[in-house]
Amino acid sequence: MKTLKISVYRYNPDVDNAPYMKDYTLEVEEGRDMMVLDVLLKLKEQDPTLAFRRSCREGVCGSDGLNMNGKNGLACITPLSALNGGSKKVVIRPLPGLPVIRDLIVDMSQFYKQYEKIKPYLINDDKTPPARERLQSPEERAKLDGLYECILCACCSTSCPSFWWNPDKFVGPAGLLHAYRFLIDSRDTATEQRLDDLDDAFSVFRCHGIMNCVNVCPKGLNPTKAIGHIKSMLLNRAI
Amino acid sequence: MVKVASTFGRSGTHDYILIRASAIIMALYAIFLMSFFVTAEPLTYAAWTNLFASLGMKIFTMLALTSVLIHGWIGIWQVLTDYVKHSGLRAFIQFVVCVALMAYWLAGLLVVWPVEGV
Repeated sequence: MKTLKISVYRYNPDVDNAPYMKDYTLEVEEGRDMMVLDVLLKLKEQDPTLAFRRSCREGVCGSDGLNMNGKNGLACITPLSALNGGSKKVVIRPLPGLPVIRDLIVDMSQFYKQYEKIKPYLINDDKTPPARERLQSPEERAKLDGLYECILCACCSTSCPSFWWNPDKFVGPAGLLHAYRFLIDSRDTATEQRLDDLDDAFSVFRCHGIMNCVNVCPKGLNPTKAIGHIKSMLLNRAI
Repeated sequence: MVKVASTFGRSGTHDYILIRASAIIMALYAIFLMSFFVTAEPLTYAAWTNLFASLGMKIFTMLALTSVLIHGWIGIWQVLTDYVKHSGLRAFIQFVVCVALMAYWLAGLLVVWPVEGV
């Protein structure tokens, strides 16, 4: 058995005046790896007041986005061995840039508002919709790969300084990934209207391409690339 | 979506184009001056004055200064809207910077335009 040191961000606004870091120790089996979510569940057995979100525990629902040793990710699919080889102290904090409700739980309202702004649904003004379904060629469908897989865990947007500084105006990597998913969907007819909505100095252009989003995405997606495509679409229209 | 559409250009896209186009002009001007310093042997007062006496150099210099004005205006606004949350303070800094940039432009014009060759 070896002893694992874990430092967890704690804040209960009903009791605490200010947030603080609480140190825990956990006995783990030598030579065995475990996910950070399993660590948190064991800590909750020690200390039932510890609060965090989790649901599917397999990287599908996006509930347990956390900042682990300075890097955002999903606790359920981040092995301890990935954090400094699991040997040093593990520091767990909530996703940065969003208001903390309690401990590791953040208020995602601002993130969802930005998602809502990009109209994340198909808009089609065809007067005569097809009898059964709108068909796509395999090539048209392939354009959505790498975009539709986003699970809205907010790891990317909360690792983005532009989103930290202007969460009310900059759509953020997650929202923009979805925006591009609908901009290139062959079944969507609102491309111009969508681009009009994005053509200001904040929504898209606050992205300066530092690629923090790509670095942390637990699904391996590339929001910076999608944002680049949106910028190209805006520029092609303007020139 | 955002009603603050842009600062200098007509739209976010226009700002984006302006900031990049002005960067290209400034880069070309800087490279040109650097190569002049390196290649002009000997680098005398006469060589320097004659360089700025030509109409082409005067226009190139004014284009570079105009680029500094546009690039600085948009760039500072972007930095300030990121980091300075107090709108009064932000407006004050933006005002001071923009006045300085316009003063540079005007001073540049007054200095460079009358230069005659020796």
